[in-house]
Amino acid sequence: MANVLVVAELTETGAVRKTTHNAIAFAQQAGGGFSILVLGDKASAAAQELTGFGAEKVFACEDASLGAYVAEHFAPTVAEVAKQGFRLVVATASSFGKDLLPRVAGRLDGAYAGDCASVTSNGGALTFKRPMFAGNAFGYCQMSTPIQLATCRQSEVDPAEPTGGSSPVESVAKVAPGAAASRIQHLGVATVKSERPELGEASVVVSGGRAIKEKFFDIMNPLADVLGAAIGASRAACDAGYAPGDYQVGQTGKIVAPSLYIAIGISGAIQHIAGMKGSKTIVAINKDAEAPIFQLADYGLVADLFQAVPELAQELAKHKAAKG
Amino acid sequence: MKILVALKRVADPANHNKVKIPASGDRIDTAGLEWQINPFDLYALETALRLTENGKNPKKREGEVVVLTIGPKETETNLRSALATGADRAIRIEAVDEELDGRLVAHALAKIVEEEKPDVVMMGKQVVDSETNMVGQVLAELLDWPMATFAATIQEQPDGLLVEREVDGGVAKVKVTLPAVVTVDLRIVSPTSVRSKHTEAGFKYPYEEVRFAPLPAIMQAKKKPLAIKNLSELTPDLKSTTRYVKYEAPPGRKAGIKVKDVQELVQKLATEAKVI
Repeated sequence: MANVLVVAELTETGAVRKTTHNAIAFAQQAGGGFSILVLGDKASAAAQELTGFGAEKVFACEDASLGAYVAEHFAPTVAEVAKQGFRLVVATASSFGKDLLPRVAGRLDGAYAGDCASVTSNGGALTFKRPMFAGNAFGYCQMSTPIQLATCRQSEVDPAEPTGGSSPVESVAKVAPGAAASRIQHLGVATVKSERPELGEASVVVSGGRAIKEKFFDIMNPLADVLGAAIGASRAACDAGYAPGDYQVGQTGKIVAPSLYIAIGISGAIQHIAGMKGSKTIVAINKDAEAPIFQLADYGLVADLFQAVPELAQELAKHKAAKG
Repeated sequence: MKILVALKRVADPANHNKVKIPASGDRIDTAGLEWQINPFDLYALETALRLTENGKNPKKREGEVVVLTIGPKETETNLRSALATGADRAIRIEAVDEELDGRLVAHALAKIVEEEKPDVVMMGKQVVDSETNMVGQVLAELLDWPMATFAATIQEQPDGLLVEREVDGGVAKVKVTLPAVVTVDLRIVSPTSVRSKHTEAGFKYPYEEVRFAPLPAIMQAKKKPLAIKNLSELTPDLKSTTRYVKYEAPPGRKAGIKVKDVQELVQKLATEAKVI
């Protein structure tokens, strides 16, 4: 029996979300083999997408009531499968994983470590590394319950690549939920359709601050277009309504670690830095030469963003054209 | 409506870059940082107050707000400040911070819920020091209650709460029948995010974020009831099952260079960083 159970995350339409690949890589760090559990109204089809990652088994729980994610419906089945001998249950710390896994922990009376950067196994004892205090400390924790649960931070764990092979798919029945499930109604998800890559997965992120004001998208779109980047924002820009809430990069929003992060008109509050300081190359454009963001930027440009950003988009387009 | 708000104290979040980790790595030293209520829990308190009032008359409570914390006697300062902003009474569960983990806190809260029978238990979506985000979900499961985590807006309805939740890539809408657990996200404190059945449609709170306690309320708060319980009596058979074996500081990041113009920036990105 495998050691780790990975809970797969599906998109609204029932395809496997990339976050599942990060969770698989996290399970591989823990060692001892892993299986995957897919829940959804089209779980069997999604399970087929996951047979090439070296899992011992891929469990598929297909049920019409699992079409939309609701923790109260998902948790009982996850807990039941976990009880078949798994020591660790993992998912990625997306809004799905962070909502579901602690609820499963409650059901199993297991300890839970959220938002982990990594896990190491020493003679079978697992140690989880967790960022704390807005990324200003790492804590290494061990848990002592028979079944443990953990989510991994997507920006810290590179997604697993398919290894070939063909894991057997086994269907499992949905476990009847408790009274809680009859007292919650899922009324839908309003998603913002975007051609851009997802913020958590993009290799280039351009983020804007409150200084851009109502021109937020006028300024950010051309730059994001030329770089194929995802757009992020500071908390201040989101709070002021210039950018949608789910654009927020920071301790309390999305944590990102792209190859290139460009901060535009962002001063660099502690909680923002916590969300992007893992980026490989950081560029800051700000007219205030004393802005704290310059203390960690690889390349800083002190300039008026309303002139510099359109110019940067043009120069990048020229560079791209010259490169072919 | 009766709401139980769980508050946790944290070291001043605006100065988290000043925490120190001794060479032994056995603790995180927050000396010199002031204790404050976790910002998300303050938002939960504001949300609870809005749900138990007519926004036009915030001095009159339509229902009851009970604030609770787990910790040593000093945490009573934080409870008093919550009482000053409008909560009716407070409960402190005596415990030492080091003996707690999220699972234990959830079990202790479940015991208090049995006694208090609130309609809603509310708290922040995460604590900003240990960065945990689990107590609300574990509690909901222990109670077999529905939950709405990461709440961005809440509207009271005759038979429950309509909640918009912040999720990756958008907003999920759920309706929960009470009793329920709610954890709140940043946008919950916008002027129109929360509306009780007593507040008229279209009402806008005249401030951003949270209300401040006027001086007379701070004086009155000293007289509001504050009950003390013991963790060892609430959860006699339970111990923390999470142990931190080591702490370390993250690798530092050095400031790079300033470029003189956009051309130089593009050239550096292409030839030096090789990211374009």
